[in-house]
Amino acid sequence: MRVALFVTCINDALYPRTGQAVVTLLERLGVEVDFPDAQSCCGQPQFNTGYRHATEPLVERYADAFEGYDHIVVPSGSCAAMVRDNYPRIGAKAAAEGRGRVLSAAAERVVPRTYELTEFLVDVLGVTDVGAYYPHTVTYHPTCHGLRMLTLGERPRQLLEQVEGLQLRELEGAEECCGFGGTFAVKNAAVSSAMGADKARHIEASGAGSVCAVDNSCLMHIGGVLSRSGSQVRPLHLAEILASTRNAPL
Amino acid sequence: MSVTYLGMPPFPQAAQDSTRDTRLRSNLRHATHTIRDKRAGAVAELPDWAALRTAGAQIKDRTLRHLDTYLEQLEAAVTAAGGTVHWAVDAAEANEIVTRLVRETGEREVVKVKSMATQEIGLNEALEDSGIAAYETDLAELIVQLGDDRPSHILVPAIHRNRGEIRDIFAEKMGRWGRPAPDGLGDSPAQLAEAARLHLREKFLNAKVGISGANFMVAESGTLVVVESEGNGRMCLTLPETLISVVGIEKVVPTWQDLEVFLQLLPRSSTAERMNPYTSTWAGSTESDGPRGFHLVLLDNGRTDTLADQVGRQTLRCIRCSACLNVCPVYERAGGHAYGSPYPGPIGAILTPQLDSVETGLDASLPYASSLCGACYEVCPVAIDIPEVLVHLRERVVQGGTVTVRGQRTTVRPAKGHAAERAAMRAASWTFDHPRALRAGERLAVRARRLVPNRLPRPGSAWTDTRDTPRVPPESFRDWWRRTRTPAEATEAAGKGGEGKVRQERAGSARREGPTGGVR
Repeated sequence: MRVALFVTCINDALYPRTGQAVVTLLERLGVEVDFPDAQSCCGQPQFNTGYRHATEPLVERYADAFEGYDHIVVPSGSCAAMVRDNYPRIGAKAAAEGRGRVLSAAAERVVPRTYELTEFLVDVLGVTDVGAYYPHTVTYHPTCHGLRMLTLGERPRQLLEQVEGLQLRELEGAEECCGFGGTFAVKNAAVSSAMGADKARHIEASGAGSVCAVDNSCLMHIGGVLSRSGSQVRPLHLAEILASTRNAPL
Repeated sequence: MSVTYLGMPPFPQAAQDSTRDTRLRSNLRHATHTIRDKRAGAVAELPDWAALRTAGAQIKDRTLRHLDTYLEQLEAAVTAAGGTVHWAVDAAEANEIVTRLVRETGEREVVKVKSMATQEIGLNEALEDSGIAAYETDLAELIVQLGDDRPSHILVPAIHRNRGEIRDIFAEKMGRWGRPAPDGLGDSPAQLAEAARLHLREKFLNAKVGISGANFMVAESGTLVVVESEGNGRMCLTLPETLISVVGIEKVVPTWQDLEVFLQLLPRSSTAERMNPYTSTWAGSTESDGPRGFHLVLLDNGRTDTLADQVGRQTLRCIRCSACLNVCPVYERAGGHAYGSPYPGPIGAILTPQLDSVETGLDASLPYASSLCGACYEVCPVAIDIPEVLVHLRERVVQGGTVTVRGQRTTVRPAKGHAAERAAMRAASWTFDHPRALRAGERLAVRARRLVPNRLPRPGSAWTDTRDTPRVPPESFRDWWRRTRTPAEATEAAGKGGEGKVRQERAGSARREGPTGGVR
């Protein structure tokens, strides 16, 4: 089984610890993981802002970079959803514009092999107890694209519930968007901030010491709102909790 | 003519003001969460909801594919039943037709059933210009009309008002339009409803002309269908001598069997009811009962153009239930008025720009009035993938493209004001397609990481006004991997190889001009 990590651009540049946690976690589970250096960004910011044509080279790059791997593991619900839902659309539109099937073929090559981290753990490896230890209170925010585009369902919770010592706190309005939305966060800053403030309020009210999600982009927004308000609640990617053990605690 | 109201600013500007209105936020939060939760309960009762939803989408798609056939079938059936069918290509033509029909009756007053189509074309204003008073009889529409206000929700147009505000509007304004509110009017729902009932009863009994829309039109029998909760619709549809219905052409369904699907989908999605209290159906007119004259005005107003767009056409499945508004986190904070048209919320953000033949600044901003969270798509009873259409329309805004306007394929240029963003997006794509430039950029960010202030000047202030910036780590993941996982002698070769492999395979694109010439 050849497994590649698609770390995503935001994790690469801003949250390398999440990528390191995925490597630690997968290796602990006996999976040999590779990091193809040709990878970069899935193109979601461009695509979702309307720049579909600017996204096209990145679709090809993704398909080429991950050629030959059985599984592509992505520690981001949003980036995994970009590949799975939108790459085929980009291919279909390019074909409709008379530019052939190159992008459609690229999409077909990668869509079935691309897994969000919790899908890979639960569906492919068939584990929910990954031997993690994190003796703290945590609340879980299901990020929108993981929840509604990938339909991750209970997978992240199943993994969290098996973490030794972890106390899961309920989050009011959990399934409501945090207000990040990529360029939405700056194009509609007032609404985005209002949504972020409500999310932060609910996170505070949960009484948890950290808020966990499968997307660092959403956590960047939530964490930015929390820290501006002086909150002590820590934003934490699920991978980092799952990588934490008794011997090497987070 | 534009579907948007004159002089409306782009969405972000309007929303900036409305998000600060704490009373509006609290009214909306309470109302949308209440309906949202009730809808979830009503939908959960049906084990075959997913199948119904699929059926709804498929019936609409099939009907839209053969729209010409079904509309002609409908016209023949309505005519055979004693009605008269008029075709209106746009708002101006529809308003002309209705105004002429009312004038022919010699009446100066009409009563109205709540109707989105007549709001879309600005019928009340057009009638007023011709000296005809149009009285809204739906309770919430009455509140909006008396308050000289605009609707902010498809189903509950006065959702932005609370009881106290409604009491004040009734006490102050009812007398100017007809029977005044009782003295000492309180703000209990029963008192407010009684005041409206007494006020409206006069209108119903005096009106000789009624104007309605329709939720559905059944092609096989020429039957129009109005579903409602208050009974005002039944009054307007049966008491006047003349009935004029203005209906969008996408409201046709082929058969009664098809209608059955929507009569299950609509009430549960909109009011969270198993069945709505009043369902009125009629075909043409009869001598012995109800209006003697019936006119159906079939409204296009951009619908045929919308139908020509392969991605956008799913918007025409909409049955105006407003479930998408009630779950939308953006609608909840910004309020309906910020959308600048009778169609607010997620459906408005995709419908308004498509119906408009003239693009306004507001039209260009509406597809961006969403975080793409997908809650709207999840609840839509006819499975309109609103996020997909939003992104599709964003493309039209920033890339331009081919659209159909009044039946003509037309090339549209990108909207103004996106030059800097376009350059940034292209630069980002270029950098992400050139790993060495990307690595250089990441290392530059690492070196400058302590220089990033927590408050940025514009446009960065849009982020930092309310949020701290993330700290740039001392090392990117990419560099960590190379440092710890790659043997020293292989590092250089692997780095080049990683880039070279992809480059060679895509020789055609490897020599493209970059926006930042010096990086490579």
